[in-house]
Amino acid sequence: MPRVLIIEDDRAVREGVRLALRRQGHEVAAAATGEEGLEQLRSFRPDAVVLDLMLPGMPGLEVCRRIRAHDQVPIIMATARGDDTDIVVGLESGADDYVVKPVRARVLDARIRAVLRRVGGAADENGTARVEHHGDLVIDRAGLTVTHQGRPVALGPSELRLLLTLSASAGQVFSRQQLLEAVWEHSYHGDARLVDACVKRLRSKIGEPAGSPRYVHTVRGFGYRFGPR
Amino acid sequence: MPRALNGLRVRLVVAFTLVAVVATVTTGALTFREARTGVLQQSQDTVIEDFRHRVNTLVPNYRFPPDEADLQTFAADVSRGGRSQNWRVLVAYRQATATSETGDAFRELSPEMRESVRTRRATVFQRVTRDGHSALVVGMPVTFAGDYSTERPASGLEVYLTVPQREEQGYVDALVSAIERATVPALALAVLIALLAARGVLRPVRALRRATRSIAEGRLDTRLAVQGSDELADLSRTFNETAAALEGSVAELRRMEAGARRFAADVSHELRTPLAAMSAVTDVLDEDAAGLDEDTATAVRLISEETTKLAGLVDDLMEISRFDAGAAALHLDDIDLAESVRRTLATRGWPDTVRTSLPGPGELRGRVDPRRLDVIVANLVANALRHGAPPVRLGLREEHDPRAGRQAVIEVHDGGDGIPDDVLPQVFDRFYKSDSARVRSEGSGLGLAITTENVRLHGGTVRAANHPDGGAVFTVVLPLRPRGAGDRTTHTDEEDRP
Repeated sequence: MPRVLIIEDDRAVREGVRLALRRQGHEVAAAATGEEGLEQLRSFRPDAVVLDLMLPGMPGLEVCRRIRAHDQVPIIMATARGDDTDIVVGLESGADDYVVKPVRARVLDARIRAVLRRVGGAADENGTARVEHHGDLVIDRAGLTVTHQGRPVALGPSELRLLLTLSASAGQVFSRQQLLEAVWEHSYHGDARLVDACVKRLRSKIGEPAGSPRYVHTVRGFGYRFGPR
Repeated sequence: MPRALNGLRVRLVVAFTLVAVVATVTTGALTFREARTGVLQQSQDTVIEDFRHRVNTLVPNYRFPPDEADLQTFAADVSRGGRSQNWRVLVAYRQATATSETGDAFRELSPEMRESVRTRRATVFQRVTRDGHSALVVGMPVTFAGDYSTERPASGLEVYLTVPQREEQGYVDALVSAIERATVPALALAVLIALLAARGVLRPVRALRRATRSIAEGRLDTRLAVQGSDELADLSRTFNETAAALEGSVAELRRMEAGARRFAADVSHELRTPLAAMSAVTDVLDEDAAGLDEDTATAVRLISEETTKLAGLVDDLMEISRFDAGAAALHLDDIDLAESVRRTLATRGWPDTVRTSLPGPGELRGRVDPRRLDVIVANLVANALRHGAPPVRLGLREEHDPRAGRQAVIEVHDGGDGIPDDVLPQVFDRFYKSDSARVRSEGSGLGLAITTENVRLHGGTVRAANHPDGGAVFTVVLPLRPRGAGDRTTHTDEEDRP
């Protein structure tokens, strides 16, 4: 039974979402502020976090950054603002997915299950567990760990899955749409911004120099390709 | 260029030149006349005075009546009086004549003049021009002096004198050439001054023209520099005041418009929070409705349905206000358009209700925003299904426009009654309902407006028409830009460009 933490300041929304998700079979905890949410994160140890962006006191983006500082739990942002900048900033601060309010419980449930699958199903699909060396980058598909120049790299579930997907077929170009389907399991027209933001985060975590990435290359007008230069 | 010929500059130059010509010619002519008269008068007075004095002095030395030899000597003596002026003298007595130079035909002397001297017994003179040289001819009858009577009987002796007026001619010629020489610089000066004046007038006029154009192009803060206090400065000042008033009005309008947009955005935004709570539980209500009594179940389902619609409407409103605020950005991606359309239909559950004619896989690729293309196609098909009738046909093809280049043309054709002609221009308006009796439609009334905005963002066009065979046809033309050209995208490919 997945454990979900909702951080949402509006009581009606909080109660509504908690009720609906509980009916979908989740174990749900709810927090009204960012500070309370960070506290519950330690005690409740959720499998996924649904985080409102507009919170009194500590804003949602700051909460997201603090969670990401020491925890790779999947984060789904629920934003009342659907503006491009809000979404992009949210995704770049470490969220794995976002939903624009109002959202139906079933959609939210599907998104939560998708990010959870991402963590569990990140292992190599063909089952041959192995350690891959790509220059300074070492990917352990069985242990789901990544090290760069000997130092472990803490990747969020989306970043990890993106890296595993790209590196599994090094040299092959993936379109944003393909990556959306492979990593985010969006069977509908998802948002290319998810891919771009995640690639940006991944690059910064594995120490890609700005302007000349060594591992994740952009294929202009098409998508991305993995391959140590 | 007729404009240049009628231009202010040419008109000013012509006017100035005309004024200068009239002024110089008039002044020149008057000066010439007065000077010429003065010069000639003075010289002839002197000549006549000298001549009379000479004759009067010499006449008493001769016998009377004179014979031929006396006449000859007399003529030679008289002519000696004008050594410097080359006097030629003819003396006549009755039928006899003698000249100072032998064999002189004395053609300057006209018979009329001779007649006049003979009959009027007075000194006469005439200016004669012969072979381009002018000369003064003076005729004088010699009279006897009577001491006690005023009667001066004629002696019958006549003396004629011809003096070439070379010097006077020279004076006059010099005068003419001086006037001629003065006219050309005066004209040149007039043209120069005209050009300067034209520039002085034209510079503010040009500045005004530039400023007007600049205002027309939307730079409402354009102002002119006001110099001096003439009419042109007044005009510039008026222009500045008008521009300031215009700028003020436009700023006020923009402020009001921005306020209205912000209000729409704020309202939609405020609606989201209660709707978020309601939307979250609609599924719960739907599930539980089955176990409730009939009236409560109907009420619960109604609430659930309306909540879903309201959520859709608020979504559309937010999308529209994002377009209005200019916050909508294109995220271009190189995609297979046919595949994208197919996916749109599949995710909406429409593959069986819509007949498609699409290019094969990989045949039509282009740089578009996939999410917005999805919205465009979905809204058009939903509109056709909702307001038209089956069969709904969707066509996608590539066209090549000589000016715009490659274009994708999407056509959605329904089998309904079509759109009344008076409604056609308004179908893309927000909340426009063709059937006024039906106050609320199934959709939000914003679908086609959102489609239009999405198409416009791509730089394309969308139009509605009635098909000759019946039914409405919505046609979207999207330009397929070459890779990387004119993107307005926030993709990361911009960041690591080599």
